[in-house]
Amino acid sequence: MAEGQSAQRDHGAAASGQAHADWKTYVVVGVILTVITAVEVAVFYIPAMHGVMVPILLTLSAGKFFIVVLWYMHLKYDSRIYWRVFFAPLSLAVLVVVGMVLLFKVIPLLR
Amino acid sequence: MATAALSADHGEHPEAHTATGLPMLKLGFWIFLGSETLFFGALISMYMVYKHESVVGPFSEELLNIPLTSVSTFVLLMSSLAMVLALDNVQRASRVWGPFWIGMTAALGSLFLGFQAYEFTHFYHEGLTLQTNLFGSSFFVLTGFHGAHVTIGVLWLLMLMVQSLRGQLPPVKALQLEVAGLYWHFVDIVWIAIFTLVYLIE
Repeated sequence: MAEGQSAQRDHGAAASGQAHADWKTYVVVGVILTVITAVEVAVFYIPAMHGVMVPILLTLSAGKFFIVVLWYMHLKYDSRIYWRVFFAPLSLAVLVVVGMVLLFKVIPLLR
Repeated sequence: MATAALSADHGEHPEAHTATGLPMLKLGFWIFLGSETLFFGALISMYMVYKHESVVGPFSEELLNIPLTSVSTFVLLMSSLAMVLALDNVQRASRVWGPFWIGMTAALGSLFLGFQAYEFTHFYHEGLTLQTNLFGSSFFVLTGFHGAHVTIGVLWLLMLMVQSLRGQLPPVKALQLEVAGLYWHFVDIVWIAIFTLVYLIE
């Protein structure tokens, strides 16, 4: 029975051209994402953390982002080509955001 | 090669593959998601630049409700979990749990939209509209476009749930659900960025 289900899943995974994690891994990833979100909110509410809030929140957010992309979007198991066609424009988008913030928010403060 | 043989055995239209050997639909969809990152990157940039430039209120710090948005963020994260469980079950040919988890994903997405509708209505009653100030314009455009993406995702999932209930989503056609899943997770990661940059970082 279990072998039959496994074979069917392999069949389905083959149709999509990939293998991926099992449901237990997905649940663990879901718990980790929930814990990181709770930590983010806690950091927001703890006054002592306000000095280092921005780098901590950006790091936690980036961590959540990559966890979803690697496990839920299966890039950890999938072809590197998908990785390249997604992360090339993503890098450009991040550069645009950072560039705009530097131009309009940071550089004027330094003048 | 093996995939084409599997598809042919089931009398399905073989998955079209690119010269890379990857399914055309999936590779094309990843390229589409790449273009979407640029779209949301532009909207997030606009919000970041305009955030504290409003000359009249209401201002972001008076309105943004962190506890409420934290709950809606949790709901969207759990919808991503439901989505991968849906794909796992469809690939296992589960006629019960496949449609169940697809429906659960759509339900959690709808709940997220309910939170967003409540937030928008609350902001409107507090005097914030698209035309009120720069915060209002950039906030509603950014989160509104994200909400529109969630809405499209919910409709797409509902169609797939009906297909799955009718037995029209066998493992050999799991790629259809996987692509919808990629879209759904993308909507989730965009919200991960929005939650931090718009709501948490002041």
